[in-house]
Amino acid sequence: MPVGTVQNECGAPPVIRSFALPNFGGLHARPAVKLTMLAKSFDASIEMSARDDGKWVDAKSVLRVMGLRIGPGDTFHFRAGGADAETALSAIAALAERSFDEPGGGETAGSPDNAP
Amino acid sequence: MTDVVGIVIVSHSPLVAEGAADMVRQMVGDRVPLAWCGGVGEGVLGTRLSDIRAAIDRAWSERGVVVMVDLGGAETNSEMAIEALPPERRRKVVVANAPVVEGAVLAATEAASGAALATVLATAEEAGARCRSVPSKTSAGRRQ
Repeated sequence: MPVGTVQNECGAPPVIRSFALPNFGGLHARPAVKLTMLAKSFDASIEMSARDDGKWVDAKSVLRVMGLRIGPGDTFHFRAGGADAETALSAIAALAERSFDEPGGGETAGSPDNAP
Repeated sequence: MTDVVGIVIVSHSPLVAEGAADMVRQMVGDRVPLAWCGGVGEGVLGTRLSDIRAAIDRAWSERGVVVMVDLGGAETNSEMAIEALPPERRRKVVVANAPVVEGAVLAATEAASGAALATVLATAEEAGARCRSVPSKTSAGRRQ
């Protein structure tokens, strides 16, 4: 679900698109590792943001992804640049829509609406 | 599986070492050569040179091995174990200046993506940089 095109201020290849994903149980350590490992499998530069404050972090860095402290109910966005950027974002979207393959859809006590 | 940098976890406590290894296996998977050691038997805390050497052998990769250590003796014994390696192996094994659990998971994540030894080490140590206010390693640490 595209939320608009954003400018890339970090000198990386051109941004392809940005999108938000449905809420889920929170991007704690295990899903963050899954996300970064998937991101690393692509050549594209991939960035991630949790808020609309313009702060983008490298989606291939577990520390930076966890540092976003994305919790239940938060919206987050990805943008990517490079030859396989579209493929990368589709793969990440699919992972997120599967709630990062977490048992029960994530560590979600109190977040009953995170199931796909 | 020598195309991926290996990880060795050395703790004074076998429970800590095994637990950290479990976290790597469950969070990162089986792609990374991984070994752990800790304790000197019968529930006594400590690290043994021979165990560290054996762990390095088990996690061996031609791409290199990063050794995660907890306190004092784990670090010095790991350095001694590396010193005792044949020269062609010695230069491929490094001790990370990083918290053992966080460092192991981060290093393994990086290693699993096929990164080089220096990158895996840097990623582990980035975890240390975030925890610098916490004394993760000191010369006053418990020794065996």
